[in-house]
Amino acid sequence: MAAKTMFEKVWQQHLVAEPEGEPSLLYIDLQLVHEVTSPQAFDGLRMTGRKLRRPDRHIATVDHNVPTSSVQDRLVIADQIANTQVSALRRNCAEFGIEFYDVQDANQGIVHMIGPELGLTKPGMTIVCGDSHTSTHGAFGALAFGIGTSEVEHVMATQTLPQEKPKTFRISVEGELPSGVTAKDIILDIIGRIGTAGATGYVVEYAGSAIRALSMEGRMTVCNMSIEAGARAGMIAPDETTFAYLKGRRFSPGTKAGAPGLASETRDANVPAIDEAQWSEAVAHWRTLPTDPGATFDRELTIDAATLTPRVTWGTSPGMVTGIGDTVPSPADTTNEADRKSYERALEYMDLKPGTKMEEIAVDRVFLGSCTNARIEDLRAAADIVKGYHVATTVSAMVVPGSQKVKVQAEQEGLDIIFKNAGFDWREPGCSMCLGMNPDILAPGERCASTSNRNFEGRQGRGGRTHLVSPEMAAAAAITGHFTDVRNWKFNFTKEESASR
Amino acid sequence: MEAIKTLTATAAPLPLPNIDTDQIIPKQFLKRIERTGYGDFLFYDWRRIQEGPKAGQPDTNFVLNKPEYKDAKILIAEKNFGCGSSREHAAWAIHQFGFRVVIAPSFADIFFSNAGKNGIILARLSEADVETLLQRSTANPQHKITINVEDQTVTDEQGFRAHFEMDPFRKYCLVNGLDDIGLTLRYEKELDKFEAKHDKEFWSTPKAAIA
Repeated sequence: MAAKTMFEKVWQQHLVAEPEGEPSLLYIDLQLVHEVTSPQAFDGLRMTGRKLRRPDRHIATVDHNVPTSSVQDRLVIADQIANTQVSALRRNCAEFGIEFYDVQDANQGIVHMIGPELGLTKPGMTIVCGDSHTSTHGAFGALAFGIGTSEVEHVMATQTLPQEKPKTFRISVEGELPSGVTAKDIILDIIGRIGTAGATGYVVEYAGSAIRALSMEGRMTVCNMSIEAGARAGMIAPDETTFAYLKGRRFSPGTKAGAPGLASETRDANVPAIDEAQWSEAVAHWRTLPTDPGATFDRELTIDAATLTPRVTWGTSPGMVTGIGDTVPSPADTTNEADRKSYERALEYMDLKPGTKMEEIAVDRVFLGSCTNARIEDLRAAADIVKGYHVATTVSAMVVPGSQKVKVQAEQEGLDIIFKNAGFDWREPGCSMCLGMNPDILAPGERCASTSNRNFEGRQGRGGRTHLVSPEMAAAAAITGHFTDVRNWKFNFTKEESASR
Repeated sequence: MEAIKTLTATAAPLPLPNIDTDQIIPKQFLKRIERTGYGDFLFYDWRRIQEGPKAGQPDTNFVLNKPEYKDAKILIAEKNFGCGSSREHAAWAIHQFGFRVVIAPSFADIFFSNAGKNGIILARLSEADVETLLQRSTANPQHKITINVEDQTVTDEQGFRAHFEMDPFRKYCLVNGLDDIGLTLRYEKELDKFEAKHDKEFWSTPKAAIA
């Protein structure tokens, strides 16, 4: 039998039909639903009299629109249009029989956080959602991609999607990551190298020893931003790290009914009853998924992990990125007219001058959150940086845990206290300032160090200026008031001075 | 979906690469639960003056605000058009504003799919060909371009002629105005059969826990 890539295996295992001259019909194991891209799809079903074929293969939550300021603000959403959308989802889920995690449910959170947390996301699955960051779930060896609302309706009605087969692209990151360099820096580096359309038409498999060494949280960060390189999806082979993360989660194989579905870190003390035989059978299947030796990809790229440095974006596209030790590039450095124009436009929008040292750029706001970097490990890493220090007087900083589970766990570990003592605002879970659909937005002209995924014009608020960084880099910028190389984490003032400022 | 075979119209030039869906339709308009009414919000921020005493007023320099382009049914842009968020609202806004065709050297995947499902023709031409059309529509707003879906060609009265690739099935749906869900349901028997077997594969079932 010919050697196959992981993508090829998952693709073939989900083919319902391969009609001649038409796209293949791909079975979808799980559709995640949220309030923004679903109302018109539910309406479509009603208009055509179609049923939701498999309610058991759908899960819904609210994340994009919900306020993060307080529980009260969430229970009574002041923005009437947002409230209408949240209410519509509540009503639609009841009508069509979809399990729904409402604003204060213990399982609520950003849709791409809760899938893995609950064990809904598994190796070898096909997963879709009306959200481009669905690529996150590829970290488990699932084929997961974002779709538009017409496709959301299509999956609701048929549990399938007609799909053209994408090409395959393996990006291997080999070697050991230097201290202070994170999963976020890996993916920002990749996007900087290949460009925001560099992987268009491809499913990317991230491989290599530096990827294998990442935790599930880090792998999710990498896969999350695959779409920012234009990729249809990103995938990472499941391994012992994957299995350890999944074992005992609420919807994992072998977990017995009534188990609380605890997060991995607290699971030891409350291990739910597990049917080991069933768990082992699932793992045995998952072990067949990784790419076979000798399988070929349409494209390959290898990166030496040792050469990577902390990244900061300077422009209005995630590909406009440089190292913390570098300077703002010049339009004169570009090789074609289109790039030169977009550099000029980006620099004007960002109010930056070529040649400015990245470390000298001062920030007004810091946002720690989003489906890219709001998992427990991200919050721990940021807390490690800020512990004992205080946010600069010129900066307003906020932490928005990605889910209720992360928030609870962080509070159990005392991370909320560390952040609050350092002057951070500690918020309720949601997408928040990643896209500013709720009240969390930048004012025009404000500059933000953000752990999110997009630095487009106006993304975090009209006129707002976004710089994408890792949680560690965002935390350091909050303390010093400007971008700071976390590899040299020392300040020109002591912790005592910081606390008294 | 309306059937479309050929179209001759004027074009609005938007000579920028990487035009993302956040620009095409800003986030504040994604809170609506309707499928129509997005045309007025197309490129909302770019159509308005952002700063100064005239902030919020129409920016008369922006191409879509110029009266000479008001009848344009074709939009021309540079590479990687429609990147970013999966919001289908971007395709709805483009269509509901009155555009039927977008010409660019490349398109982002999800936007490409969304546009197809809304009867928008995406014509991918070489950078040089796009540059030629951008220049002609900039120099003369009345410059007419013809898109023929069946022949997969873009032509104009000055002798421009370029071929664009189109998936045969997508083309078939476009010229016949066919609904995707209806097409898929032709395979309901295959689907039932697949599902009966696949549902037993608990290792890839969302709720795999033991009941």
